[in-house]
Amino acid sequence: MTHVVVDPVTRIEGHLRIEAEVEGGMVRDAWSSSTMFRGIEIILKGRDPRDAWAFAQRICGVCTTVHAIASIRAVENAVGAVPPPNARLLRNLIMATQMVQDHVVHFYHLHALDWVDIVSALSADPAKTSALAESISDWPLSSASYFTGVRDRVKGFVERGQLGPFANAYWGHPAYKLPPEANLMAVAHYLEALDWQREIIKIHAVLGGKNPHLQSFLVGGMATPVDPDKQASINMGSLQGIRELLAKARDFVHRVYIPDVLAVASFYKDWAAHGAGVGNYLVYGEYPEGEGQEPNLFLPAGILRNRDLSKVEPVDTSKISEYVTHSWFAYDGGDDKGLHPTAGETRPNYTGPKPPYDRLDTAGKYSWLKAPRYDGVAMEVGPLSRMLVAYASGQPQVKAAVDFVLQKLGVGAGALFSTLGRIAARAIETLVLVDHVETYVDELADNMGRGDLSIADTSKWEPSTWPREASGAGFHEAPRGALGHWVHIRDGVIANYQIVVPSTWNAGPRDASGQRGPYESALLETPVADPEQPVEILRTIHSFDPCMACGVHVVDAKRRELAYVRAS
Amino acid sequence: MAERDWFLSELQHRGVSRREFVGFCSVMASALALPAAAGARIAEAIASKQKPTLIWLEFQDCAGNTESFLRAERPTVAEVVLDTLSVDYHETIMAAAGARAEELRDKTARDKKGTYLVIVEGSIPMGADGAYCTIGGRSAIDIAREVCEGAAATIAIGTCAAFGGLPAAAPNPTSALGVSDALPHLKHVINLPACPANPENLCALIVYFLTFNRWPPLDALRRPLFAHGKTIHDNCERRAHFDAGQYVELWGDEGHRTGYCLYKMGCKGPVTSQNCPNVRWNGGTNWPIGCGHPCIGCAEPDFWDTMTPFYSHLPNVPGFGLHTPVDKVGLWATAGVATAFAAHGLVQIGKRWLGSDEPTKEARS
Repeated sequence: MTHVVVDPVTRIEGHLRIEAEVEGGMVRDAWSSSTMFRGIEIILKGRDPRDAWAFAQRICGVCTTVHAIASIRAVENAVGAVPPPNARLLRNLIMATQMVQDHVVHFYHLHALDWVDIVSALSADPAKTSALAESISDWPLSSASYFTGVRDRVKGFVERGQLGPFANAYWGHPAYKLPPEANLMAVAHYLEALDWQREIIKIHAVLGGKNPHLQSFLVGGMATPVDPDKQASINMGSLQGIRELLAKARDFVHRVYIPDVLAVASFYKDWAAHGAGVGNYLVYGEYPEGEGQEPNLFLPAGILRNRDLSKVEPVDTSKISEYVTHSWFAYDGGDDKGLHPTAGETRPNYTGPKPPYDRLDTAGKYSWLKAPRYDGVAMEVGPLSRMLVAYASGQPQVKAAVDFVLQKLGVGAGALFSTLGRIAARAIETLVLVDHVETYVDELADNMGRGDLSIADTSKWEPSTWPREASGAGFHEAPRGALGHWVHIRDGVIANYQIVVPSTWNAGPRDASGQRGPYESALLETPVADPEQPVEILRTIHSFDPCMACGVHVVDAKRRELAYVRAS
Repeated sequence: MAERDWFLSELQHRGVSRREFVGFCSVMASALALPAAAGARIAEAIASKQKPTLIWLEFQDCAGNTESFLRAERPTVAEVVLDTLSVDYHETIMAAAGARAEELRDKTARDKKGTYLVIVEGSIPMGADGAYCTIGGRSAIDIAREVCEGAAATIAIGTCAAFGGLPAAAPNPTSALGVSDALPHLKHVINLPACPANPENLCALIVYFLTFNRWPPLDALRRPLFAHGKTIHDNCERRAHFDAGQYVELWGDEGHRTGYCLYKMGCKGPVTSQNCPNVRWNGGTNWPIGCGHPCIGCAEPDFWDTMTPFYSHLPNVPGFGLHTPVDKVGLWATAGVATAFAAHGLVQIGKRWLGSDEPTKEARS
């Protein structure tokens, strides 16, 4: 039995440590540990609830919109503010753009290097690379001379001995299966995607002043005025600019990202048999299309259990509870019972080894993440969950896209429950959204044309209009999955704030009954050819797109003193 | 000469002509408030320099500054400039993981001692013996001490690394500090705050260093004057509306749609020093006030405590109203900031005096 430690897990947001037992070329057990804590819920206590979005937003600079959205929804839910249609559309536009940009960046910049060998790309024949590229797409940057340029550029790095961020990786590992030409094509698209993401995120700058950390969110609506006749508002010129950027987004997704995912996946079909995980999927649903308390959602909510696509259960958020048995927190009533976020009660309680350390005590507490459970069961959240629930619910666009990808790869729906399935699901979701998002621009333009310029429900802006006590919850489908914020307001300030985050669902540790979290579960039986170079562990972990700064939250709003218990 | 050829061919490969590159350098010269002729000198300096090594450390961060860095614009040219750094360690983008990643960091720190640059993103928690942030089992403060002390200079990017930022907001649950507070004896620290820092400013800072082989003049908070020498209010495109007493009164009202001053909605532009109105964001596309939301003061120390509630207009200004001369606002603003900074400074002095390594945020306010 070899004990493998991967820390830091790189190419993620935040700080993640994986410990695993490897025997017979396979992971036999695994532990996922988040090694950073800030205490943002503690910090939120006593603040103006209208400010909370800006604090919560800083939980993560990668998915830089998601906590702001969930936060304003929670406070709106508490105080009874109803955002007008234009605010809903502006938010949908912002959320969908975030999703598309984030997924593409994840594939190329965070995940690809687990599958693409940069050093192998050096021996590629540019003419063959060109032929390969042209066989899968009509993307214009595909000539032999173009790929020669890319190859020489990488060669320059290598010859100068300054590989920079590409140094010291597991290049040459037998698990890398792509031919040199496919590697070179992927490297070229890695570089192109860097430029692309910088361009299309300008949609956020138009709608939110800047990215990261857009600044146009508002409890009750949005702070971005709309008016076809004003220079300082979102007008027809701004909408046209957004349409042009969306066209660029569509172009790249259709002609580069999707063909690349299909091409790379075709060499790694064995990964449809690894990384299945817990097999339960939770989705809150997203993209309200219509007004009212329960508008139609473009991507539906639902629960799937035990990989059974025949039955989608409705979500009942009262069934969510969080455990701290193996987390560095303590509960008053004992660490073995789960608590619903509205009763969230916790304090940091570090019992791990004093740094520097080599090993965590995985029999005891070993992570800054709590372990959320739904109805007592560990749930996977994220693009795979969303696409499975939408597929099982018969959402037409998703169904068509899933069937297209499965048919292209020549595999059945069962292949989706895997490491490869997560990658495919992310691509499918990007495709569906990038083709749909412009409808929000159309609708916004229609509203503006009809003279509807409302962007915020200002009737509940002043705290004097709020009840003395109010509670609310805000839900959102972030790129990485189901996100929930719970707020309790008393006398106009935050009395309690709780956040249950996608990466907490996915990356959390064991619970009171010893049930593994989704990462831990997905790593079981993952092959590891060389424990010194565990690239396979990275593949499965990265397929979830970890966002660790998001995952760590929790705090007892009632307590400010921090108790430390040090391991002796 | 070989270095230079390499650089120019690199530019060419990226579709950047020499002419465009020189143009870029002139823009940089103007961003740095240098005479136009300095552009040529910058071009010369960048093209002929050895590729310096960079270690980018992330502690209690959200990766927002990393993401911001990835949005660096001035089309492709700025990226080339940043490419000319050898980024040997950056967890969010590097291919290597685990022990192999740490090896790279340690090797660079050892082999290039005294010559490499460090960028720190995120605050450093001093509580729980460092267990609030560990990488490879080592605490953030342990890593920061070792890596920053051997560096030619440290850039604290973003408000968390510069001043403690969000984790250090009251009640500072993890005893988080900015770099220069966590390592008070560290020399050559440059703070590049804002939430996140503007990539154009990072770019300008690096160009400055590569050109002159020294760092730009800093203000009392160790921020480069070229980026933090004036307030948002001084350069705001809506300043005329402020002076004319034309304010947004309600979200979405006629004034809001017309682009009136956001002072009454809580704008902190008068007490925030940053070049947002000039440089703007995402390749000059827009900036927060441009999209209709007030400035939240994110480039200032402790802004999460001193600038909140965000939607209350600058509070407790005696006699301030529509009829108060504008100068008075300026006076108040200066006094307010001075008070905040003085408090900050006193804590620093007190901290050294008491030898405490875990100052709390309460002590500051």
